[in-house]
Amino acid sequence: MFGKLSLSDIPFHDPIVMGAIGSSTIGAVVILGLMTYYKKWGYLWTEWLTTVDHKKIGIMYIILAGVMLLRGFADAVMMRAQQAIAAGGNEGYLTAHHFDQVFGAHGTIMIIFVAMPFIIGLMNIIIPLQIGARDVAFPVMNSVSFFLTVAGAGLMMISLGVGEFSNTGWTGLAPLFEKEFNPGVGVDYWAWAFQLSGMGTLLGGINFVVTILKMRAPGMSLMKMPLFTWTSLTSSVLIIFSFPVITGALTLLTLDRYLGMHFFTNDMGGNMMMWNNLFWMWGHPEVYIVILPAFGIFSEVVSTFSSKRLFAYKSLVWATAVIMILSFTVWLHHFFTMGNTVNVNVFFGITTMLIAIPTGVKVYDWLFTMYRGRIRFTSPMYWMLGFLTAFVIGGMTGVLMAIPGADYVVHNSVFLVAHYHNMLIPGALFGYFAGFSYWFPKMFGFKLDEKWGKRAFWGWMIGFLVAFMPLYAVGFMGMPRRAAHYDDLSWQPYMITAAIGTAIVGLGIACQVIQLVVSFRKREELEDATGDAWDGRTLEWATASPPPEYNFAVVPVVGDLDAFWEMKEQGTAFRHYPVYADIHMPKNQPYGVIIGGLALGLGFAMIWYIWWLAIASLIGIIATIIISGSNDNDGYLIPASEVKRIEDLRFDRMAQAKKEKEEEVEKLSKEEVYEYSDKNN
Amino acid sequence: MSTATKTTDIAHDDHHAQHQAEIKTFGFWVYLMTDLILFSTFFATFAVLAKNYAGGPGAKELFELPFLFVETMLLLVSSVTFGFAVIAQQQGKQKQMLTYLVVTGLLGLGFLGMELYEFAHMIGEGAGPDRSGFLSAFFTLVGFHGLHVTFGIVWLTVMIIQIVKVGLTSGVESRLARLSLFWHFLDIVWVGVFTFVYLFGLV
Amino acid sequence: MSNHTHKGAVEGSHSSVKSYLVGFVLAVVFTLISFACIALEQVPRKVAFIGLSIAALMQMLVHLRYFLHLDTSREQRWNVVFIAFTGVLVFIFVGGTIWVMMTLNSRMM
Repeated sequence: MFGKLSLSDIPFHDPIVMGAIGSSTIGAVVILGLMTYYKKWGYLWTEWLTTVDHKKIGIMYIILAGVMLLRGFADAVMMRAQQAIAAGGNEGYLTAHHFDQVFGAHGTIMIIFVAMPFIIGLMNIIIPLQIGARDVAFPVMNSVSFFLTVAGAGLMMISLGVGEFSNTGWTGLAPLFEKEFNPGVGVDYWAWAFQLSGMGTLLGGINFVVTILKMRAPGMSLMKMPLFTWTSLTSSVLIIFSFPVITGALTLLTLDRYLGMHFFTNDMGGNMMMWNNLFWMWGHPEVYIVILPAFGIFSEVVSTFSSKRLFAYKSLVWATAVIMILSFTVWLHHFFTMGNTVNVNVFFGITTMLIAIPTGVKVYDWLFTMYRGRIRFTSPMYWMLGFLTAFVIGGMTGVLMAIPGADYVVHNSVFLVAHYHNMLIPGALFGYFAGFSYWFPKMFGFKLDEKWGKRAFWGWMIGFLVAFMPLYAVGFMGMPRRAAHYDDLSWQPYMITAAIGTAIVGLGIACQVIQLVVSFRKREELEDATGDAWDGRTLEWATASPPPEYNFAVVPVVGDLDAFWEMKEQGTAFRHYPVYADIHMPKNQPYGVIIGGLALGLGFAMIWYIWWLAIASLIGIIATIIISGSNDNDGYLIPASEVKRIEDLRFDRMAQAKKEKEEEVEKLSKEEVYEYSDKNN
Repeated sequence: MSTATKTTDIAHDDHHAQHQAEIKTFGFWVYLMTDLILFSTFFATFAVLAKNYAGGPGAKELFELPFLFVETMLLLVSSVTFGFAVIAQQQGKQKQMLTYLVVTGLLGLGFLGMELYEFAHMIGEGAGPDRSGFLSAFFTLVGFHGLHVTFGIVWLTVMIIQIVKVGLTSGVESRLARLSLFWHFLDIVWVGVFTFVYLFGLV
Repeated sequence: MSNHTHKGAVEGSHSSVKSYLVGFVLAVVFTLISFACIALEQVPRKVAFIGLSIAALMQMLVHLRYFLHLDTSREQRWNVVFIAFTGVLVFIFVGGTIWVMMTLNSRMM
């Protein structure tokens, strides 16, 4: 009935795991209890779970990323603590098998369930607003994408308490992950969590490509798209062309493990290097999938807060496109040490180094945008500046490792760990944080508290440097990555320093949590009634914050790259029309949450060999797809009167806020006025 | 409401529906491209493992030319009959269209039956997917194509039922157009399969 | 049912019985060439590999042109861009994999 699953699969004997399960279970029970007490189930279902509104789906993506960030960070703390103490005669507090699961879970979570949902969430919220669209091209599919990702994240969380997780790292390790060497459920948890969320991402990529190419506001030619939209487009193109490869590779692994086939085995005609080849054919573009949109965010932020048009917009677009194409041609640099010929290594070494050129172009473009700008040092700008300084270090170590000979020396050492954290934390994560605080007023109508935001930045920035700079050094000294224990005591001071750095990052995260609480409590003070919180330049600032369901009451016409800036210059921004038209919007649908739930069932059933449940879930998924695909009547009209009511309300609020502000200024003395305007610009 | 505004309203709705259909078709086209990449992953794997017989049977012992030719022709003719169905639809000949769709489905079933027979025959001879890397790659690539044909037939069946039940609404027409893309696309992939898997193995 | 709803889609308005028949005949010709390469048993190996590849590529193009009605018109610009880019990537992925794995094999001998 329950396949391989039995009560003994829950590790009651392990205090660390039980502590984690206990606290998550208590948290979940409290949330469920509060929801029932305040009778919020109906609200959750109609307003969130069944929604097809891109803004709400985006917010749910970001919440998922935030929750998973905490889980992934907990894994990081465990690893740093283990490596700080497990030297010489001390075995540390984790067994080697447990440690192996922790680093696999950390990597999988941070890439697949933090970076991806965070950036897809921001893309969801911002792309339609930036291009002047009412929603994404396929709103229901958008919901399906989200809930497939949730299903994958669900499997990750279940693996914490039921069974075990993969001990072969987030990249998988052929042939160690084969049934012969790894008969448990750990690898299956990893593969199915990865597979489900990967499919969700793939559908999301299709959605964004079609949205950007087919639904832009009139007048917005490709070279008038804001840079975030451009980088999202390239990122989505990377998704649709690289994610099928990982879907295929994981399918082959699944066939190996479930049907005894021989793709990545070391006998019977399998080829284990083929796994590395396929994995990194996806894995390298994936790096750019998470990092390019962050580049887009930095571009928006630097231009807005320097109050200047982006320097050399066209070169930024071309650099993005060149990175997109080059990223498909470098995958072998992840396994130079496989021992290939000089020709092969040199080819991939050169293509890798080439990527530094367009990336360098971008760095200079951002610097020149700031040059002679009137810079406002807000927290998004802090993240941007932190990124610029730290990212260049990471880029240089990357070029170093692009030399095959040098790579042989540092391959699979903690030098590599330092390198890619140096790319992904400042490059991707700082970008998302910048985007989060930059667009937060757009999502919720009030700004985030700046003081706590800056504190969070310093926590992250200093913590990151303290945690990862020692790893470069100790990597050169020869410390391998993924070591649960080491004998060379000269490494220990570095690892203790790294652990301290992780604690400082923890302070940064604490500041972010406090920032959210503080901002929510001060939300009236931090309110932005105009919809244009930062004196922005692109279309997302032209509508209200938070935007109405239909985004734009009248679809804007675009004449310039900085479309909204141009409208403000010409005095056509904030137009209050006397008459509006009916607006056609997609209806809420439960298909996303149903398919996500069934996919979770399918994944769990496959992991535990519960065949009846797997078949039932699969049939359910197919049936849901057929039913939702046959549903032609999926929209409704918002009558013009309702649009007018919402828009009138917005302009009333705006006028009132303006009046309040003027009254406030009138009360001030002359010098205070000067200070006030300085502070507010 | 005057007649004039009414007509513009209808024209507007028509335009909206047309734009929607165009977006859906383009989205489906992009999906087909992702599928093509997925297939190319399996093709690449097959190419790498093509000679890894592990002491088991190789291509020359397993593949038969006439059998393959009949399979290929079944799928090719089904592509043409689907095309005829689309033409009949454009001319408004619903009955003729249904006939062609049923014929297409039967041809697809014939193809699938032959493939299953081949698989069963091979497994019976001890040349199953777990015998060698070559056979794993073969069964996966060909089987994955077969799975697509199966989904195509399921979709076709759903469409036939919808046409009979609700007729040719714009939604049904738009789905039929996408199914036709899917069906023709499968035939293109099959060209790759019979050339690079079967014929290359027989050279 | 009005005709213009078919325009702009890949399944264009200009599909006709003739186009399908021309496509069918061409496809059969290329299939026969491919099968003949094997059935005749006298074609040198190298020629056979090259001939088969060319025939397959030509047949795929025939299918795209006559069955999927892909052309260079304005409405289909993005469709063409996407399939061309896919072609490049299939070449990089499949060609790159074969190159990488075959040279590796040659060093394992």
